[in-house]
Amino acid sequence: MALSMKVQASSLIAGQRRGRPVPGRRAMVTKAALELKAPPYPLDALEPHMSKQTLEFHWGKHHRAYVDNMNKQIAGTPLDGKSLEEIVLASWNGGNPTPVFNNAAQVWNHTFFWESMKANGGGAPTGKLAEAIARDFGSFDKFKEEFKTAGMTQFGSGWAWLNADKSGKLSISKSPNAVTPVVEGKTPILTVDVWEHAYYIDVQNRRPDYLTTFIEKLIDWDVVAQRYAAAQQ
Amino acid sequence: MAFELPPLPYEYGTLEPHVDSMTMQIHHTKHHQAYVNNLNAALDKFPELKDLGLVDINKAVGTDKLPTEAATVIRNNGGGHYNHTFFWKVMTNPSNTNGPSGAAKEAIEAAFGSVDEMKTKFNAAAAGRFGSGWAWLGVKSDGSLAITSTPNQDNPLMSGLPDAAAMVPILGLDVWEHAYYLKYQNRRPEYIAAWWNVVNWEQVSANYEAAKAGTVPL
Repeated sequence: MALSMKVQASSLIAGQRRGRPVPGRRAMVTKAALELKAPPYPLDALEPHMSKQTLEFHWGKHHRAYVDNMNKQIAGTPLDGKSLEEIVLASWNGGNPTPVFNNAAQVWNHTFFWESMKANGGGAPTGKLAEAIARDFGSFDKFKEEFKTAGMTQFGSGWAWLNADKSGKLSISKSPNAVTPVVEGKTPILTVDVWEHAYYIDVQNRRPDYLTTFIEKLIDWDVVAQRYAAAQQ
Repeated sequence: MAFELPPLPYEYGTLEPHVDSMTMQIHHTKHHQAYVNNLNAALDKFPELKDLGLVDINKAVGTDKLPTEAATVIRNNGGGHYNHTFFWKVMTNPSNTNGPSGAAKEAIEAAFGSVDEMKTKFNAAAAGRFGSGWAWLGVKSDGSLAITSTPNQDNPLMSGLPDAAAMVPILGLDVWEHAYYLKYQNRRPEYIAAWWNVVNWEQVSANYEAAKAGTVPL
């Protein structure tokens, strides 16, 4: 079982382990290879907002490759057998990331992303999270605008994030490529992938339309609220 | 005078089947057009920079020639406009292209051992560029050829950037996902391999001659 970490947001993505032999190492079994975790819905569940074809490539090829490549990189090394979160933080290496980081962080980011969405998602948060959004952004509409802007202005590949600190204060951030606010000691509660592979099949260059659809139709606010509560534990 | 989107030197479908027509159309009319529009908007506030011209604007990235408040938008969009203008020209009808020749070929062999070895290195740079970016073959200040890759819309003209591998590009490949996703999806190595079929080696030779003469091809 993966160790559960202070980063509460990761509690949903422990993944499963299996041991398997490392090619070329005689009679040695690795501690465990981390597995590709499936989204919590079938690949066509997010239609028509995010196509099945997108999920087949995005999860089935991109996310899978990050998992496979990470496992190859860590096999037989001290990172072998560690939890995904430990691997991400260790490979970040204080801002001078090792080659493992891009793969490990992308494994984490993508699972976090799938779990941020659901069929018939969108709408609006309620309760304490809704209050915090109104307090920290002025209104839900202003939050949506700011989150969309973060996604639109992350030049090249990357992610936009909603984070919560221990006091419940919310902030929006964006990051390039595989970088995640986790390595800055922040606790994300929501993310959107703005690598072109996340939206190119569905809307091609129209990233703003993708972001609007994500916000209005896909966000699983129940999960975000759970993460928000966990962030303050 | 504002920058304009240059026409393609060929039809959208000319590079088929290696680069698909739909990709060329969106890549040219949407992505490249947006860089042109954003560059013009940024330069409207600093009209004296327009007089520099596109090449010198790129060379100014990372130096104090660019005002701080416009530095990033000029880097991203001035880079994007140069890179794509350059890119369309180093591609051509796949039935047109005969491989490197003349002085450029000799320079490739001198630097890499053979054309095939150059391609192997170039492919690695293109496949290994994590996230968005470009792979480049270029002429260094000592006249020799080298290969590098750059992130996002940076290019080797931007010698003011830290970690810059300053070169004059003679060949470049866009590895932003928008350059290949409709046809190749995640299969970037397959796109890279197919792309060699459309390289315009005459233009590469012309670019090499320009670089050796101390000018920057555009």
